[in-house]
Amino acid sequence: MPPLWLIPTFPLLGAVLNGLFGRRLGKAVVSLIAIGSVAASFATVLMVLNGLGMFSASAPEAPHIERYFTWIASGDLNIGFDLMVDRLSAVMLMVVTGIGLLIHIYATGYMAHEGGYYRFFAYLNLFMFFMLLLVLGANYLVMFVGWEGVGLCSYLLIGFYFLEKVASDAGNKAFIVNRIGDFGFTLGAFLIFANFGSLDFGAVFSKAADMPHDQGAGLFTAICLLLFVGAAGKSAQIPLYVWLPDAMAGPTPVSALIHAATMVTAGVYMVSRSAVLFTHSPIAMDTVAVVGLATAVMAATIGLVQTDIKKVYAYSTVSQLGYMFLACGVGAFNFGIYHVVTHAFFKALLFLGAGSVIHAMHHEQDMTKMGGLWNKTPITFVTLFAAALAIAGFPFTSGYFSKDAILEAAHGRSPVLYWIGVVTAGMTAFYVFRSIFMTFFGKFRGHGDPHESPISMTVPLMILAVLSLAGGWLFNIGSYLEYLVPKHGEEHHADHMLGYIATAAGLIGIALAWLFYVAAPSLADSFANAFKMPYRWLLNKYYVDEAYDSVIVRPIIEGSRGVLWRGMDVGLIDGIVNGIGGLARTIGGGLKSLQSGYIRSYAAWVVIGSVVIIAAMSLMGGYR
Amino acid sequence: MPPLPELPAATPVAWYLLLSAVLFAIGAAGFLFRKNIITVFMCIELMLNAVNLSFVAFSYQFKQVDGHIFSFFVMVVAAAEAAVGLGIILTVFKNRNTLHIDEVDSLKN
Repeated sequence: MPPLWLIPTFPLLGAVLNGLFGRRLGKAVVSLIAIGSVAASFATVLMVLNGLGMFSASAPEAPHIERYFTWIASGDLNIGFDLMVDRLSAVMLMVVTGIGLLIHIYATGYMAHEGGYYRFFAYLNLFMFFMLLLVLGANYLVMFVGWEGVGLCSYLLIGFYFLEKVASDAGNKAFIVNRIGDFGFTLGAFLIFANFGSLDFGAVFSKAADMPHDQGAGLFTAICLLLFVGAAGKSAQIPLYVWLPDAMAGPTPVSALIHAATMVTAGVYMVSRSAVLFTHSPIAMDTVAVVGLATAVMAATIGLVQTDIKKVYAYSTVSQLGYMFLACGVGAFNFGIYHVVTHAFFKALLFLGAGSVIHAMHHEQDMTKMGGLWNKTPITFVTLFAAALAIAGFPFTSGYFSKDAILEAAHGRSPVLYWIGVVTAGMTAFYVFRSIFMTFFGKFRGHGDPHESPISMTVPLMILAVLSLAGGWLFNIGSYLEYLVPKHGEEHHADHMLGYIATAAGLIGIALAWLFYVAAPSLADSFANAFKMPYRWLLNKYYVDEAYDSVIVRPIIEGSRGVLWRGMDVGLIDGIVNGIGGLARTIGGGLKSLQSGYIRSYAAWVVIGSVVIIAAMSLMGGYR
Repeated sequence: MPPLPELPAATPVAWYLLLSAVLFAIGAAGFLFRKNIITVFMCIELMLNAVNLSFVAFSYQFKQVDGHIFSFFVMVVAAAEAAVGLGIILTVFKNRNTLHIDEVDSLKN
């Protein structure tokens, strides 16, 4: 079995090679290095997991840990550079390297005519390195290195088209909002170290598991809420979700890989990894569930009215991430990760399909300028349709399994959560099929001659389509990760009725979308006119960006400008420095008049001076 | 060492000092009020020699040799200063074509 460190090393090598020499290598070699390194990583993952027996249903629940060297030793603090694999990280490894490989292949086609080709793949490989480090890390600090690294790569890739102000602004926004979350993460990690004396997952969780559930609730609540702030930043939950829709300014493969399939699920992974801590704090669990559900509802409603195809899927991602946190919050960590996996399939496919459409439409993203594309881009249409079925929870697609499981688990906690979730599921189906119908059905409303994408783009689409449809029952992540769920006394038995209702909600959403956008297209407009006020609120995303701008951003800018810059820096600090300088100048100016240049005036001063000194000495009794 | 010959008692040391002070005052006044650099220069010599006179007078009064030594030092310095000073004066005259002291004022400010 190959060592674990090989897995992240391949993409790192690829990033270094492409980053340093890519400019001179030519596109073919750059693509080969980029895809080859991820493929090597994927193969290593397969070998490692096979060697550990992770592919069987009876895979070991104990983690396989490899300790390489002591990274930081200072007083009580002793942190090793340790990597580990258990069932949870095995699932994440498969998703990251598998989906990552497909998206790398796709990107060679999508980016073929873009400038900075080697730069793009260097960043993308670097992202893979950090993401794998995040997933493999055996303590919170190694995880945090990956956590920060993916944030950096996200920033670099969102701002990839850095000549456009929108893109670089979006990159900054993503980075800054994530810093807020990271602040919570670090505080949570400090608190863990202060109370458990270690950051090692094994040590922390075994100590926490030994504590009775009615003890230290406040401590666990504080730790978990702080960690959840970090997760909310990375995984775009209320109130830190605002960066993700803007992140769509990056190239579409980036949206698919980082802002749909992998990086944004890091928060869910981190919460599930810390399941032992979270289950000790009912308050934190409820917070996670409520925030997750609120995010799911809010983002879904915004998604209903957006016309930019990538924006629709961005809000959809936020919404689906909300579902995952809902699952974690009700204790169904296994279903949360299940949804991570199925979501990675169908959301990556949605984004890649959207990228294919955008590619075909020559960088047009507005759905009102599309339409009727189904026979011009048939492969894209069929695969995207499969993804839409999956996210809508159509029976026996991948999304059906994970979403139903989450909703049932939510019902076990509270029927209110379930019913709101069901309504959201209906909205999800509606907005996704709205995007499908607007893009592929009806009359063509755009310009030019759309064409199907090259084979390097369509093959990943087809593979992902198969996974979106069949991934749910091919990989039963829910039972594979059941060990994450705290054991309750009572036996949970599935209520089939709950599943039927959720599925029906999805089908109703699809039917409504059909009615509004295919059968009677004028209905959508008259609906929007009838509900002008709510429509405008949704179209403007509840004015959250504007609210943040006036409540947080503007006061900070004005405070920095008026108080810190003009007041503190210019007024106080510069005032002191300039004041001292001015004082010296004034005194010097006075003394300057003594220096006339006339020798005789100097001599006169000497004489006067000596007379004064002699007089003074005589008056004081003379020199003895 | 044979004893020094007695001085005529009629000449007290104060007279020498008075003469020295008068000479010094004349030198200082000339330094301050004359405009020709050469004259100013000569006034400096006058002040130096006035001081020399008081050194020698004290030396004789207290029967100590220190004052004599000091006055020799002063003479050496005065000689060196005369060489350098006259050189400067010549150069100033060559460059500025004047020996008026108030016109040599480029060090001001």
